[in-house]
Amino acid sequence: MASKPADIGTLKELARHFRRDILETIAGAGSGHPGGSLSELEILITLYYYRMNHKPDQPDWPLRDRFILSKGHACPAAYVVLANRGYFPKEELKTFRRLGSRLQGHIYTAVPGVELNTGSLGQGLSVANGIALGARILNLHFNTYCLLGDGEIQEGSIWEAAMTASHHRIDNICAILDYNKVQENGPVSEIKNEEPLSDKWRAFGWHTIEVDGHDFNELIGAFDEFDTIKEKPTLIIANTVKGKGISFMEGQAKWHGKAPNKDELEAALKELGF
Amino acid sequence: MFDMKPTRDAFGETLLELGKENKNIVVLSGDLEDATRAEYFKKEIPERFFNLGIAEQDVIGTAAGMSMVGLVPFACSFAAFLTNRAYDFLRVSVCYNRRNVKIIGSHAGVTVGPDGATAQCLEDFAITRVLPNITVLYPMDAIEMKKATRAIAEIDGPVYMRLGRPPFPVITKDSDEFILGKANVMRAGKDVTVIACGLMVHEALQASNILAGEDIDVRVINMHTIKPVDSEAIIKSAQETGAIVTAEEHQMAGGLGSAVAEVVTRNSPVPMEMIAVNDSFGESGEPEELLKKYHLKDSDIAEAIRKVIKRKLRRG
Repeated sequence: MASKPADIGTLKELARHFRRDILETIAGAGSGHPGGSLSELEILITLYYYRMNHKPDQPDWPLRDRFILSKGHACPAAYVVLANRGYFPKEELKTFRRLGSRLQGHIYTAVPGVELNTGSLGQGLSVANGIALGARILNLHFNTYCLLGDGEIQEGSIWEAAMTASHHRIDNICAILDYNKVQENGPVSEIKNEEPLSDKWRAFGWHTIEVDGHDFNELIGAFDEFDTIKEKPTLIIANTVKGKGISFMEGQAKWHGKAPNKDELEAALKELGF
Repeated sequence: MFDMKPTRDAFGETLLELGKENKNIVVLSGDLEDATRAEYFKKEIPERFFNLGIAEQDVIGTAAGMSMVGLVPFACSFAAFLTNRAYDFLRVSVCYNRRNVKIIGSHAGVTVGPDGATAQCLEDFAITRVLPNITVLYPMDAIEMKKATRAIAEIDGPVYMRLGRPPFPVITKDSDEFILGKANVMRAGKDVTVIACGLMVHEALQASNILAGEDIDVRVINMHTIKPVDSEAIIKSAQETGAIVTAEEHQMAGGLGSAVAEVVTRNSPVPMEMIAVNDSFGESGEPEELLKKYHLKDSDIAEAIRKVIKRKLRRG
């Protein structure tokens, strides 16, 4: 695929700026989901600045790679990446969660570049399979990427979709698991343990790749490996940190769905070097 | 007597015709293609047929995805499982996303028969018609089913269509007009209107014959489209006949009767009676036995008509 040479330093600098945008967007709204937005950010940057074939000035280009954010609550990071990538004016981030805004509280297709409204967990992988199978039927050559949350895969429907993807040998789909290990009310391991995670997905017929989900080199390597896997779907298990980059948010369930106040925002931006 | 034919057979035949005419039509099944007759399509066009196993949520989600590349998916299984079981996928991935997905639920109503309550879906109209963006319909016989199957393939948007299991009397004709959202008057009448769907249109026509001997002139309307319901036909009937009875193989709460009442009460209030299953699950039995037990027969409709006419006359 159209893998471009990636300057890791540039990507890291984007991540630092986007963390600021995410926190300001959520603080401005007074509500939202910072924890999962900060954990998934490097995955989104790798997709939109390195991996995917897409045209920000032509969001409906038929041969674009598709991206489905199945964990729809973590839309602030997606909105920030899309705005910075040129899909819509960055100024609009200030309208997040406001009445009349395209930037709904869970990801929404009125926003250019967004493929699917989600928010009810466990649905994105089935839809992504449908896109990928549809592309096969129509002989269209593009990839479908689907970002899942680790709490989300407690939904049984994810495993229905996991079986479908392997049974139908869908190899133009790459799911990424944002494995930040914390869900709304505490650690995943205490609420409903998912380990051994990689073994489970392999048993369901998937090729799995485990990476540090904040390390651009590892993410790029994983996506490049996905290109080489044929006749089976690929899952990238991205080990991440909930609230990554902000010391007082990291690993804390309470930052799953809470906006920083003025002082907390200021402290966070200071940590990011702003 | 009428010819008898299951509406699901007519659906399967038409789906295959459509599949041959339009390469964008794909069919998904929850391992019930034998029962829904989607297997006619599967046998001749296997490359566009997907049995995703007993996983209705996945069937609907995958169908939504296929529609996103321009395909026209028909997702087929039992009504109970596609609507009740997979409801949130229908709500979010299909309706909230306004996807061009056709959800086909067979084996609804007590006339499913011996399989009993779990398969006898009696809630599908209620829970589908509350969703924005969706079209809901229940064709009354095999000829109407052919037209309906073609009509839903033509429109762009979510559709839920109910199929029946047993043979239904074939009453409509090839030449009859079928327009989504437009009710068909099956029998003219001036004293009362029965608004029915599916098999109950037949029962209503028989009830009208019973009452002809009592000098009660019954109008019978086939409301094949439950949503958007034909408000104009309902208001016209309320004004012209002054009394309405609804008849459906569905729970009384939330179904066709409720849809009609929503229009009647807000526009032209007249006495109404509802023939429907009254807050009960079904059970095993032969279709005809069950129709009798749950008071869904022509004689029950006739009794409701006598009652509603008394109420109408009391109002003066």
